[in-house]
Amino acid sequence: MSSPLIWIVVPGVFSVIALLLRNQRYLAIMGGGLALLLTVLAIMLPIDQAVQIGNLTFKINTSFLVLGRRLVITPNDASLLVVFYGLFAMWLFGSHPTRTANRLVPLGFAISALTVASLAVEPFLFAAILIELAVLLAIPLFSEPGRPPGPGLMRFLVYQTLGMPFILFAGWLLAGVEASPGDLGLATQSATILGLGFAFLLAIFPLFTWMPMLAEEVSPYILGFMFWILPTVAIIFGLGFLDRYAWIRTSEQLSPILRAVGLLMVVTGGLFSAFQRHLGRLMAYAVIAETGFSLLALSLPASDSIQLVFLFLVPRSLGLLVWSLSLQGLYENSESLHFNSVQGISRVFPITTLGLLLAYFSIAGFPLLASFPIRLVLWDELASQSLGDAFWFLIGTMGLLAGATRSLGVLVKPAEGSGWDFRDPWGRALLIGMGVIGLFLLGFFPQIPAPFLGNLPAMFEHLGN
Amino acid sequence: MTFLAWLAVVTLTVTASGLLLSQDWRISLSLLGVQYIGVLGLVALHWPLSMAAIKLITGWMAIAILGITRLGFTRSKDLFEEFWSQGRLFRLIAASFIVVIVIAVAPKVEAIVPGLGLAVISGSMVLMGIGLLQLGISFQPMRIILGLLTVLSGFEIVYAALESSLLVAALLSVVNLGLALTGAYLLSLIKPEVGI
Repeated sequence: MSSPLIWIVVPGVFSVIALLLRNQRYLAIMGGGLALLLTVLAIMLPIDQAVQIGNLTFKINTSFLVLGRRLVITPNDASLLVVFYGLFAMWLFGSHPTRTANRLVPLGFAISALTVASLAVEPFLFAAILIELAVLLAIPLFSEPGRPPGPGLMRFLVYQTLGMPFILFAGWLLAGVEASPGDLGLATQSATILGLGFAFLLAIFPLFTWMPMLAEEVSPYILGFMFWILPTVAIIFGLGFLDRYAWIRTSEQLSPILRAVGLLMVVTGGLFSAFQRHLGRLMAYAVIAETGFSLLALSLPASDSIQLVFLFLVPRSLGLLVWSLSLQGLYENSESLHFNSVQGISRVFPITTLGLLLAYFSIAGFPLLASFPIRLVLWDELASQSLGDAFWFLIGTMGLLAGATRSLGVLVKPAEGSGWDFRDPWGRALLIGMGVIGLFLLGFFPQIPAPFLGNLPAMFEHLGN
Repeated sequence: MTFLAWLAVVTLTVTASGLLLSQDWRISLSLLGVQYIGVLGLVALHWPLSMAAIKLITGWMAIAILGITRLGFTRSKDLFEEFWSQGRLFRLIAASFIVVIVIAVAPKVEAIVPGLGLAVISGSMVLMGIGLLQLGISFQPMRIILGLLTVLSGFEIVYAALESSLLVAALLSVVNLGLALTGAYLLSLIKPEVGI
């Protein structure tokens, strides 16, 4: 038995089996249960060590051979598996009340298997192709039967697909740079092509146009899932490049470029948020700003900047989960997610509205909520580097908070003649309630996920040290 | 061999331009089929023929998937095709510009990536350029998929010269087939009376 078999092949096989099942409740429970089991196995099962249970002795090998190449999951990757499958389980349990289980469970498992494979494949460059396959699987995940594909979906497909060739080609050029480190021209060319590849993959300004467009076209819960998984995997993939190529990691230009791009995304995401009138687009712009925050964290010269990148993982995921769960509730019960259609909806769906607003405020970095402590650390670190950058950080955050405040105003402002009428389904309300408690817990005690997140940098040989 | 390589480049230029101009999906898919023969010609310069044939077979399978899906539609001409007939001159001129740019730039690219051969670089750049043009002027699923397949074909020509891993060849084939299946799925979401 090998670790890739457990955390890649098993979810892949289950995704095929899940395609045959129709009952949404069973699908969500089985899917969530399997993801939880994979999480527990990642905690309990020692990789690459002999395990004795009674008379039975076995060892979980680290590698799995596919067409002459290896998928490798080492003990250092176990923490990532815990966080990844733990968060994935939460998304799957939420798929029942949002009535997305029949798409999210089979396709979500296939996408998860591919993304974990992308982090495990050697040479790691091939991850670009596996991520592309995950993107292709996202198309049926996004598409609802009977609804024609919109321009946002087409643009998502095009932009994400174009990233792959750039990254593969850059990988080949980078190998050339390693062979002749003095060739400045080649280094510049390879870095530019690599940057373009990641600009497509991470939806860096101005290539993020598909995100708000897509947010108007597809189910918010599915969108939230993809907004969680794709940037997370792309950032970890990007960290792999930094870890692998010393000349990029030690380049003097890296930090200013990452910071400029990060600030650009934070400011554009924040400012555009302030002027949106569609709840789905607001989520898209918040995710754009979130990617910017991660890039800013990565740009910090401190040795613990990679730790900061990983600390964003749980608060962002929980915020996005609660946000998209709540948004899905409004999506199913209103004409559209445009401000005109959801005005005063808090009187009908108070818990859903509360969840949406608290998740939004959390991702915007509002005090006492999950993202605030990490955001504060980032802002503090940034201010110690440059007050100008800290100012732009503030502008972006203010934009996000303005968008959240406008949403609050619209959602609680009663429409004429409307009264209170509680129609929150208990299943969704329960999950949102648990999520909201989680947002507050992480805000008050940000050290809760530390035992798992603390080991994540060890995945990277050089960055981790 | 050089003659055959340049013949492949000419084939790719003609088929890619034809894809940009054609109104009929049958002609488009036929042109794509011929385009994959050109791709085979250039990939075979660096890979054994048996391995290079993967590109041709995968491409034709992708075409079969798209063709079978499109056959299910009742109308041969639709609103989109009528729209597409407009601006043909513009697209022809744009494609010509790309060919001119490739002629100018390909020797410089060859200097950066030596050992690939001018024909491989030219053929690849033509496909990528015209494919990107196709992607830039349409939101229709069929056109988008044809554009993406064209761009990927261009990339695969160059990448085959750089990387001969069996896993990469297999994964890129899966990506091509995945794109075709995605296109077929997207087409199936559109009501036949509305058009592709």
